[in-house]
Amino acid sequence: MRDIIINELTQAFQQMAREVVHYLPRLIVMLIIALIGWVIAYLLKLIVRSLLRLTKFSKLSENAGATQLLHQAALPSSTELLSRFVFWVAWIGFVLLGVSVLGIAGLQEYISRFFLFLPRLFVALVILFFGLVAASFFSRAALLAAVNANFRSSKMLSIAIRIVIIIFALSMVFEVLGVAEETMLIAFATVFGATMLGLAIAFGLGGQDLARKFLERRLARQNKEEREDELSPL
Amino acid sequence: MAEETLMSDEFLRQLINVGEVDIVVGVSTHNNAKTIGPVVAAIQAGILKCFPRERVAIINADGGSQDGTTELVEKVSIDDLWREHKVYALRTLHSISARYARIPDPSKALQTILAAADLLHAKSCAFISPESTTIEPDWLQRLVRPIYNENFDLVCPIYVRQRSEGALMRNVLYPMTRSIYGCRIREPYGSEFAISGRLAGDFLAKGISNEDWGRMGPEISMTIMAVAGKYRVCQSFLGAKALVGHGTQDVVTVMRRTVGALFASMDPNFPVWSAITGSEAPPTFGTSTEVENEAVRINRKRLLDMFATGVAQLEPVLGSILPESVLSELKRIAALGLNEFEYPAELWTKTVFEFAASYHKSTISRDHIIQALVPLYRGRSLTFLSENRNGSGEDVETREESLCTDFERLKPYLLESWADRK
Repeated sequence: MRDIIINELTQAFQQMAREVVHYLPRLIVMLIIALIGWVIAYLLKLIVRSLLRLTKFSKLSENAGATQLLHQAALPSSTELLSRFVFWVAWIGFVLLGVSVLGIAGLQEYISRFFLFLPRLFVALVILFFGLVAASFFSRAALLAAVNANFRSSKMLSIAIRIVIIIFALSMVFEVLGVAEETMLIAFATVFGATMLGLAIAFGLGGQDLARKFLERRLARQNKEEREDELSPL
Repeated sequence: MAEETLMSDEFLRQLINVGEVDIVVGVSTHNNAKTIGPVVAAIQAGILKCFPRERVAIINADGGSQDGTTELVEKVSIDDLWREHKVYALRTLHSISARYARIPDPSKALQTILAAADLLHAKSCAFISPESTTIEPDWLQRLVRPIYNENFDLVCPIYVRQRSEGALMRNVLYPMTRSIYGCRIREPYGSEFAISGRLAGDFLAKGISNEDWGRMGPEISMTIMAVAGKYRVCQSFLGAKALVGHGTQDVVTVMRRTVGALFASMDPNFPVWSAITGSEAPPTFGTSTEVENEAVRINRKRLLDMFATGVAQLEPVLGSILPESVLSELKRIAALGLNEFEYPAELWTKTVFEFAASYHKSTISRDHIIQALVPLYRGRSLTFLSENRNGSGEDVETREESLCTDFERLKPYLLESWADRK
C-alpha cells in the first residue's frame, strides 16, 4: 500500500516536472516577447508623442473641442492619451503573441479575435476624432452666423448642432465596433426623432408670431426702419 | 492664358474688331438696371469731354443680370450726349458687353476687364462702379490723367463722405493698410480706380487672382500689389460717394471681401511689410471738399446689443483668437451702458492686430476668424458714430489720424503676435 502511494506520488511529480520542463522554455519565450514588446511599445509611444507634438496635434484637438472634453473628464491631454493608447495596444499585442507561444488551445481564438478587432478600433477612433472636428466646426459656424444675424438663441442652436453631430458620430463608432448596434441605432433614431419633433412643436406652437413676422418681413423686403439700422461700411 | 479661359468667342470677336485702344473703361455689373443708364452716360460724356482724341472702349463685364442691365448699357447712345453735355464724338466710341459667368464673381469680372485691356493694348484702364449715381464726367479725367500724363500705375479715389459713412474703411482698411504697407491710401478699396496697362498686365501675369487674397477681394488686392510691388501710386479727389444700397450691404460679405483679403495678403507679403516703419502720403491730385453732413438714422442701441451679445455668445471663439488681457477688456466695455460706451482706439487696434495674427496662424477656420470680427466691428462703429455725431469735418479727420497713429505705433505688437512671442 505504502509503495503504491509512493509510486503514484513519484509518477505525479515526474509528470509535473516533465510538464514544467516542457512549458518553462515557452514561458521564458513569452516573458522575453513581453519584455521586448514593452521596449518596442515604449519606443513607439515616444515616437508617436514626438510626431504629435511636431504636427501640433494638440492645437487641432483643441480646435475640435476634444481637449475641452478630456479636461472635463479629468483625462490627460489628447497627445498624451493617444501616445499611451499606442503603447498599450502595442504591448498587449506583444503579450498576446507571447501567450500564443504557450499553445493554450482556448486562448488562440481570443488572441486572433483581438488582432482582427484592432483595425476596427482604429477606424472607430478616426471616426470619433473627425466627428468631434465636424461637430466643433459646424457648431461654431452656426454660432457665428446666428450671432451676426442677431438671432437670440445662437448658443442653443450651436449646442444643438454639436450634440446631434456627436450623437451621429458615436452611433457610427458603435456600429463599427459592433457594440450594441441595434440599441445604438434605436437610441439615435429616438433622440433624433424626439429632437426634431420637439423643435417642430416648439416652432409650430411657440413661434407662430415669429414665423409670421419673419415671412412678412421677407416678403415685404424688410421695412425701412430695419434697413436704417446698419451703418454703411464702405 | 487669361484671355482663353475668360472670353467667349463672340466677346473676342468684338474685341478684335475694336483693334487697339488708349483707354479701357470697365464696368462690372449684376442687376444694376436702376443705375447703369446714367452711369454709362456719364462715362461717355467724360470720354468725349476729356479724351476726345483718344481711342476708348467701354467694357461691361456682366455676372448674369436678369433685369436687362446689358441691354441698357448697349442702348445708351452718344447722340444723347449732345443734348445734355454739348459734346461731339471725334472717334467711334466702342461699347461691349460680355457675360463672364451666370453668377457674379468680382474676381472674374475684374480679370475679364483686365484681359480685354491687355488684348487691346490699353495704356490705361479705369474701373467705374455701376452704382455710382453721383458720378460726374470729370471723374474719368481725374482717374485716368495721372496715368496718361504722369506715368502713374494706380490711381486711387478719395471721396467726399458723410461723417457716419465708411466705418469699415475708416476704422480698419485705411489705418491697417497704412500701418502695414506704409502708404497713406485713403481708399484702398475703391469703387472707382484706374490702373496702367503695365500694372494690368502684371496683375494678370503674376496670377494674383488665383491666390486667396486676389480671389477674395480683387479690388483691394490690386492696391496691395501696387503698393507692395513699389509701383507708382497716387490718389485723386473725386466727388461724393454714392450710397446705393445704404444699410443693406451684408457686413459679413463685405468683411470677407475687404478685411479677409487684406489679412490674407499679409502672409505672402510678410518680407515686404515687416520691414516697413511709419508711412508716407502718396501724391494726391485735386482738392478736398468739406465733409457732407446729412442726418442718417442709425439705431445705436441695436449696435450696442449686437456687440454685447456677440462678446458674450462668442466668448469661446474669441478666447481662441484674443489674449486674456484684450478679451477681459472687451467684456468690461460690453457691460457698459449706451451713454458710457467707448471702444478705445488702442484696444481696437490690438483687437484687429490679434485677429490678423490669428488669421496668419489659422488658430481656427480663417473664415470663422473674419466672421468673429463682425460683432466687434459693430462695437467700434458705435464709438465711431458717437464720436463723430456732433464734430466738424476737421474733428473727424483728427480722430482718423489719431487712430492711424495708434495702428502705426502698435505695429511691433502685431509683429510679436505674428511670431507668437507674447
